[in-house]
Amino acid sequence: MLDGTTAEIRERQALRINPAKTCQPIGAMYAALGINGCMPHSHGSQGCCAYHRSHLTRHYKEPVAATTSSFTEGASVFGGLANLQQALENIFTIYKPKIVAVHTTCLSEVIGDDIPMIIERARREGKIKPDQLVMHTNTPSFVGSHVTGFSNQCASTIKYFSESSGETKNVVNLFPGWVEPADMREIKRMAKEMGIEFILFPDTSGVLDTGHTGHYEMYPAGGTTLEQIKAMGDSFQTIAMGPLASKAAAEELEKKCNVPSRLLELPIGLSNTDAFVNAMRLAGQVPVPASIEEERSRLIDMMSDMAQYMHDKKVAIFGDPDQVTALTQFLVEMDMKPVIAVTGTPGKAFEAKIKEICAEKCPEVEARAYSDVHFLHQWIKNNPVDLLIGNGFGKFVAKAEGNIPFVRFGFPIMDRVGHRAFSTIGYTGAMRLIEQITNAFFDYRDRNDPDEKIELVL
Amino acid sequence: MSEETKNISILEGRKGQVWRKGEGGAFVCDRQSLAGSVTQRACAFCGSRVVLYPIADALHIVHGPIGCAAYNWDIRGALSSGPQMHRNSFSTDVSEKEIIFGGEKKLRAALDELIPELKPKAAFVYSTCIVGLIGDDVDAICRQTSAKYGIPVIPVDSPGFKGTKRLGYQAACDSISKLIGTGDTSKVGPLSINLLGEFNIAGEAWMIREYFEKIGIEVVATMTGDGRVDDIRRAHGAKLNLVQCSGSMTALAKLMQETHGIPFKRVSFFGMEDTAKAIYEAAGFFCDEVVMERAKNLVRAEIGEVLPQLKAYRRKLAGKKAALYVGGAFKALSLVTALRALGMRTVLAGTQTGNADDYAALRDICDPGTIIVDDSNPLELAKFVMEKDVDLFIGGVKERPIAFKLGVAFCDHNHERKIPLAGFAGMLNFAEEVASSVLSPVWKYVPRRSGLGMEGVR
Repeated sequence: MLDGTTAEIRERQALRINPAKTCQPIGAMYAALGINGCMPHSHGSQGCCAYHRSHLTRHYKEPVAATTSSFTEGASVFGGLANLQQALENIFTIYKPKIVAVHTTCLSEVIGDDIPMIIERARREGKIKPDQLVMHTNTPSFVGSHVTGFSNQCASTIKYFSESSGETKNVVNLFPGWVEPADMREIKRMAKEMGIEFILFPDTSGVLDTGHTGHYEMYPAGGTTLEQIKAMGDSFQTIAMGPLASKAAAEELEKKCNVPSRLLELPIGLSNTDAFVNAMRLAGQVPVPASIEEERSRLIDMMSDMAQYMHDKKVAIFGDPDQVTALTQFLVEMDMKPVIAVTGTPGKAFEAKIKEICAEKCPEVEARAYSDVHFLHQWIKNNPVDLLIGNGFGKFVAKAEGNIPFVRFGFPIMDRVGHRAFSTIGYTGAMRLIEQITNAFFDYRDRNDPDEKIELVL
Repeated sequence: MSEETKNISILEGRKGQVWRKGEGGAFVCDRQSLAGSVTQRACAFCGSRVVLYPIADALHIVHGPIGCAAYNWDIRGALSSGPQMHRNSFSTDVSEKEIIFGGEKKLRAALDELIPELKPKAAFVYSTCIVGLIGDDVDAICRQTSAKYGIPVIPVDSPGFKGTKRLGYQAACDSISKLIGTGDTSKVGPLSINLLGEFNIAGEAWMIREYFEKIGIEVVATMTGDGRVDDIRRAHGAKLNLVQCSGSMTALAKLMQETHGIPFKRVSFFGMEDTAKAIYEAAGFFCDEVVMERAKNLVRAEIGEVLPQLKAYRRKLAGKKAALYVGGAFKALSLVTALRALGMRTVLAGTQTGNADDYAALRDICDPGTIIVDDSNPLELAKFVMEKDVDLFIGGVKERPIAFKLGVAFCDHNHERKIPLAGFAGMLNFAEEVASSVLSPVWKYVPRRSGLGMEGVR
């Protein structure tokens, strides 16, 4: 399908070809699903909501409920006040959520709907009852990317609901960033193993990776509860993972409730997980348990077993900044050469960080923010790589380049099931990454080597 | 059934959109979704995009923030036998700057970057929600670009807020109509048709084309599956239009009747009865004995091939109950018939955007007790599925995980189907698809059949 891609790269001023990002509202929707009993509400045309739900459903293979203001021609001229008020009334009557999280869209942003005012008026007019919780976040689709929307939803939630009672508790807030439900489970498991008291926010495990119960639950049991979100204001520290996704929320909590925060990279790979474990150790004043140390040693054992296959392998990687940055660090730790790293999300910090990580191992690295998959593909045509890492769309590039080894990582992945079930976070998650990467190499060899060169033992 | 599902009420404003055969009452459809409902519907942009995008040698560029382009990047399997340009995602990725200063410059530049490089036969420029609001004159840019490069550059007036997909279909038809009548028809023969509303999902248009070629009827243009600009330009040379997905393309057929005097017939290629009927209708139209004779032979041979194999499926599937929730009511009709051929009964039939006439036909054909529902939502669907104790759900991406959570088999009869379900061979594929899910042993383990969860495990 991408056979027409040429090697000649032209600087494009106005055009996005095959994006490596999407828009803010879907990120807000995903984060809101990590709040227990929450109905995300899209204040815009109904297509936005349908697209986000379908996209999330394709990635998580789970039902995703969300409501929409169903904008019409009239609303686009006169504003969405009536639509949102009617929507809120209907949502609480029929779907009975614990909270409705309203996010905006490009349309309602450009019209200039004042959401807090609309909510306030609906309250005054009795359309929403006093115990019916509504929050809002602004997610203009033409700013940032889907990660920005996730970040905004998290920060707004804190702004609305976290409170400081004046009494600091021996609890650590863990902000996981935009990771998979399986990753959230893994973070919780590790924190339990460390023996610290914690609140994870948001938490989509138990929401987007539920088991089969024979029921359709509009609000599955998982998600951070409103009580927990409120109590986060009394925690004595926040460990925020993934700067782009979690920093705004951590800062908001610091500002509002005086909870100091520590900002970490996503705990992907050895040193990033070390940093996470260390942060938990310091925060909880606990020793690192033997079980966690053993996990670490097993990872190092696997890294050493496979080291010869990793050495100097050229890797192209694309995805969201937090993910790509953390994984690039791990690639370097495994003696691989990340030769190109691309994200669709704007922000020069990404490029600087990638260059810093690769300074020793691969100083020639091409780091591009606000770019796209088409650029990545063209670049690869000029500089062939041994491995491609990225979301599901990467398979078209891998195929066009002779079925080069390809590992799916990031959002969205619409053609595999593993990502939501098996974590790539922490030491054990890093082992899974090694397994996937070496499998990709070995499968490639087994598929392409002539008979006489096929090796049984690798 | 969970308490939640059992006790759901139907939104007051939606009561007319649910109808039970045998209970009478009026039935209401073709109206905007209520604000605040978890509607399964999408927007006008989505409607335009899905209708036009299978035209494989045209450039499709989405003018708006990135989301609209990202969410429908290659999500439909509309296959092309030649160019694959339509499977890429081109967008102006409108950002904050354009919101303030307008996006005309960017759109112009994007077209200037793409048209000389890709040399498309035509270009479609899709307007999204905010384009009108920021004051972009897309029509003028299209006119000027068209003059500059000598290809049709056609605006698609598809802001999401215009309404449901149906209004987007209308906009798409308007855009296609600008191509029709501009090509040379001197080589079009007297026994010639166009296929409208056939999108070549999983290669279905190829199967249907072959039937007509075999009986000596020329297919001038397929709109739009495996579509080519030049074919569409000379589509007005055909003597008859066959309209398959009536919701999407009846408007165009009517227009062609008015402007070019081409009559049209609504047909369906789902199920053996309907496929045979469609072939006979086309053959009968030409009053040509040879063609009719060939048609009879073709139908006889195809059914002779398929029927014995179908009997085996019928034995296994007889008596099973089905629920269907699809795009339009005309397709629902075909499915009810096709399911009957498998010995299955339809107990729930719903559509996103069916119209009154089609619903009337659907109500006629269904068995007593069948529930008919327009513009439904997950809670309603779950409720009806449990109430009717169905064995199979036929729907699209958002319905799939709901069916599975309830412990009900699923068949995708929407654009995400991966195997051709049209025509005679398609009926066999349909039977296999249904059987592969309905007869799966996994349903024995789900609570609905096994009694209870772990208590049932011995």
